[in-house]
Amino acid sequence: MKPIILQGHERSLTQIVFNAEGDLLFSASKDVGVNVWFTSNGERLGTFNGHNGTVWTVAVDSQSRYLVTGSADNTMRLWDVQTGKCLKVWEFLTAVKRVAWSEDDSMILSITEQRQGQQSMLRIYSINREDPTNQSNTPINEINISTYGPKATVALFAPLSDVIITGHESGKIAKYDVKTGEEIQRTNESHFGEITDIQLSPDGTYFITSSKDKTAKLFDVETLDEMKGYVTETPLNSACIAPLRPYVILGGGQEAMNVTTTGQRAGKFEARFWHKLFEEEVGRVRGHFGPINTLAVHPQGKAYASGAEDGFVRVHWFDESYFRSRPFGDLEPEVEV
Amino acid sequence: MTSEANGYTADYDEEEQIDLQAELDAGFADIELKYAVDTQQGFENVIVVDNTPIVDDSKKDLLLKRLREKFVNSGAPIEEDRIQMPWDDEAKTNKGFLFLTYPTAQEAENALRALDGLAFGKKNTLYANRFGDIERYANLPVGEGELPTGWRDKPYVEKEHLRSWLADPAGRDQYLTFRDQEVNILWNGRNGSAEPLRDTDGKVVKNSKWGELYLQWSPLGTYLASLHRVGVALWSGPKLDGPVGVHMLRFTHPGVRLVQFSPCENYLVTWAEEPLENYEDHANPALRETFSADDEGSQYVVWDVKTCRVLRTFAAEKPVQKGDEPPRLQWPAFKWSPDDKYVARCLVNQAIQVYELPSMGLLDKKTIKIEGVQDFEWCPMSEKDWEARKAGKGRECMFVYWQPEAANQPARVSVMGIPSRNVLRSKNLFNVTDCKFYWQNQGDYLCVKVDRHARKAKSKKATFCNLELFRVREKDFPIEVIEHKDYVPQFAWEPQGNRFAIVSSNDPNYGQQIPGVVVKYNIDFYQLDTKKGDFACIRHLDGKMANTLIWSPKGRHIVLATIGSSTKYDIEFWDLDLTTDDNPSRREAEPGANVTLLGTGEHYGITDIAWDPSGRYLATSASAWRQSPEPGFKIFDFKGTELVANQLDRFKQFLWRSRPPTLLSKDTQRKVRKELKEYSRQFDEDDAAEENRGSAEKLAQRQRDIAEWDAWRSRNVSKLADARKSRGKEIHKAVEHVEEEEKVEEWIEELIDETEEVVV
Repeated sequence: MKPIILQGHERSLTQIVFNAEGDLLFSASKDVGVNVWFTSNGERLGTFNGHNGTVWTVAVDSQSRYLVTGSADNTMRLWDVQTGKCLKVWEFLTAVKRVAWSEDDSMILSITEQRQGQQSMLRIYSINREDPTNQSNTPINEINISTYGPKATVALFAPLSDVIITGHESGKIAKYDVKTGEEIQRTNESHFGEITDIQLSPDGTYFITSSKDKTAKLFDVETLDEMKGYVTETPLNSACIAPLRPYVILGGGQEAMNVTTTGQRAGKFEARFWHKLFEEEVGRVRGHFGPINTLAVHPQGKAYASGAEDGFVRVHWFDESYFRSRPFGDLEPEVEV
Repeated sequence: MTSEANGYTADYDEEEQIDLQAELDAGFADIELKYAVDTQQGFENVIVVDNTPIVDDSKKDLLLKRLREKFVNSGAPIEEDRIQMPWDDEAKTNKGFLFLTYPTAQEAENALRALDGLAFGKKNTLYANRFGDIERYANLPVGEGELPTGWRDKPYVEKEHLRSWLADPAGRDQYLTFRDQEVNILWNGRNGSAEPLRDTDGKVVKNSKWGELYLQWSPLGTYLASLHRVGVALWSGPKLDGPVGVHMLRFTHPGVRLVQFSPCENYLVTWAEEPLENYEDHANPALRETFSADDEGSQYVVWDVKTCRVLRTFAAEKPVQKGDEPPRLQWPAFKWSPDDKYVARCLVNQAIQVYELPSMGLLDKKTIKIEGVQDFEWCPMSEKDWEARKAGKGRECMFVYWQPEAANQPARVSVMGIPSRNVLRSKNLFNVTDCKFYWQNQGDYLCVKVDRHARKAKSKKATFCNLELFRVREKDFPIEVIEHKDYVPQFAWEPQGNRFAIVSSNDPNYGQQIPGVVVKYNIDFYQLDTKKGDFACIRHLDGKMANTLIWSPKGRHIVLATIGSSTKYDIEFWDLDLTTDDNPSRREAEPGANVTLLGTGEHYGITDIAWDPSGRYLATSASAWRQSPEPGFKIFDFKGTELVANQLDRFKQFLWRSRPPTLLSKDTQRKVRKELKEYSRQFDEDDAAEENRGSAEKLAQRQRDIAEWDAWRSRNVSKLADARKSRGKEIHKAVEHVEEEEKVEEWIEELIDETEEVVV
């Protein structure tokens, strides 16, 4: 499995996402640029210029038409994927930490940082797809997360887009109703450290969270029941669920501030493949020389990509042997595409 | 009381009479108490000397004379008329004790100390007591056969078998892992399968208290010692738990940091950095009862394991500063003779103090004064020595010590016998920087590794090395010297064998501590040539990274490891006697011909390495205590196959449970070895069955996992699909059409050559 190394960022990666077809990869980093790449050969297709600070988050709609990004310059921007034009700028009082699309591409969410006396806010905007430059400045709903407890760090729309699932600084996971803005469910005991990433399964019935408490877990979308847990020995920054094969991919590593004090191997910067059901590690992929900040998997399960503190994105197309291998014999659960 | 006696109270009714009487009685008691004669007062200057010889009239004067002489010689002179010897008129002999009335209480007190335990003649030992004490102890407020007040009756609890773990049908060894606060004890099965230790009821043996500081097995594996802030606890029996005082022994020593067992597990030495305080008025009864005021300021405590009582406490010696190095704590500070009879410590530059057990008194009440003594080491005992000892024969205990050069005197290594204090052998040495002692574990050989410096060198830094090999079983301990021109940092005897291995280095970077530079070492194996009777090098390995030698406890196999390096973590498994079935005769051919590298391994961040007691498995661990970048442990078999690899965050300790020596006689062992093929067939079958069962269990568990998951998912998926349908929100996923794979063609234009020509 020879990786394609994408060198286009000057600072560490913050989030990467594949589009629905898996032929494009969008990457956001602590420098001000957002890049889009061809996943097949690693060629850079273009950049989205306009932000004036760290771009914390990036999300693309299911038709690869519009891109939304959130940045430390206190703005959220909507872009035309094809032309690279900025269509809309929303301004806030604090940095935008997370954005996400609803599954029908009609809404986006944004999480703004709790800082300078500002509360942790979750806002939901409706997107005008017909006239993209004409977007409303007022959200259709605004949820003050701080009134329910610790600030939110990550979020996504549950299938059907009725609720939003959030991960919080304390390890709490909660569900908020999109219409009423109320917290309808929460679980405090699953994680004991900041939730660093949340990604939905291909079929939308469960999701994975990664946390600084060195674990990643699978939850039922419906009930928030903890289904599976993966305990590693390093803080995790990202996790995703691979389609086609029964694996989850976890990434993390020693805190960036400690990296220079130890060797590359001691930093535990590998991407780890765990068996989704048996909760056993099946393999590791080395290569980064900084902690992995973000992982994304090809929607058809043919590849995965990792973005790290070292400023590189590595795209790995799975070998034939990955699909053939049966580390636990003939035991094969159903897998989703 | 009759009514006449109480005539004057006849006016009162019965009840009032009783009250009155009680009042009177109480009054009398007060008066009696007030004017009671204290038998202990006024006799402070009288002591009673007991256990004198019993003589008749004819020898009475002679005995008195001798006794007086003895008293004078012992430093407690007394005039004749102050001695009283009670006489038994019926038997016409003395009664066997004396009263000595000294002029002052102070003198009596001195005499008490001088005379108690004094040997008189060959048979008698005199016992001295205060006169008042005899009165006091004779009149203890308890009758015959009764127990004194404050006696706590403890029900008798039968001990379970302390060595039950040895009865494991598969002959497995146990190991302990300590991670974060959690301690697990596991059976090490074949091929790295681990099974938690269970007690007789099938409950997993576990204790949340174990993970406080650290743990240690006793040398024969009977006890698990756990260190706590308040002291040491020893756990034993099949549960490693149980009633206090039976399977759980407590040794209260606040702030204890180090613990050491005696070789036969009878005694314990503990050390705390903080000296003991005066606990006489301490709120904790355990402390009050354990230590007396005399123990104040002590750091070392010697305990009897079975009774959990203090035998003696010691204050710490001032650590001796060597060069510019910061003073280091010598541990073990107390070294035990292999039979638990003596314990000794070295007062550097002065003497060796040998204490007898269980009294913990100085041997012959005298320290062994040795000018300049630096260090010493007891000689171990072999199986044969034990048998000889039981039969009342065999050699006495011995230790070796060394003195450095001083004022025209050469340095000297000597072997001394205990209790005789005879110097059995000594040897003069020159230009010595340091000496290290290595006894072969059967006590057959002794190697003194002498680090030497050049004769005229200004700094006394050791640059080369002599190995002085004593053959202790032969008459007068013949010594052979192997001069090594390089520095030798490591030496190791083969257990039960006559071979040893050394690590030497002629790398100029050795000892420089240059980061990033890997020091190269040479490794040599030596063997005793039984015909010539001297040691010869049988194999030389050049340019190795390994700096640590670990022999298998059964000999033959040795592991070379690189520990403490920041770049190399190699482990090499060597066999010194590898013979294949097709040429069994090669063994006799020549020594060293069969030294073979069996395999290699690696453990990133390794800090510790240990063989299991059977020599079948080797465990390497990386401890978070030593800042290992990747804490965890691995288990290899003796061939170097990695069986277990566990990377565990905050992993601290890995410990094999040690084993007592085998109870099988030499003949039985030989028989077992001979019939090994027969046994191994049986074992192979067992192993196969075990493996099948294990994998079947796992398989079933996994199948359950899959079934659960699939059921849950299909339920949820259909629920979601229904919800979608009801809202008419079916989504069309970007499913890729199964068309021919898109081919991305890349044109690469390469400019091979470019020339510019001017066309006229």
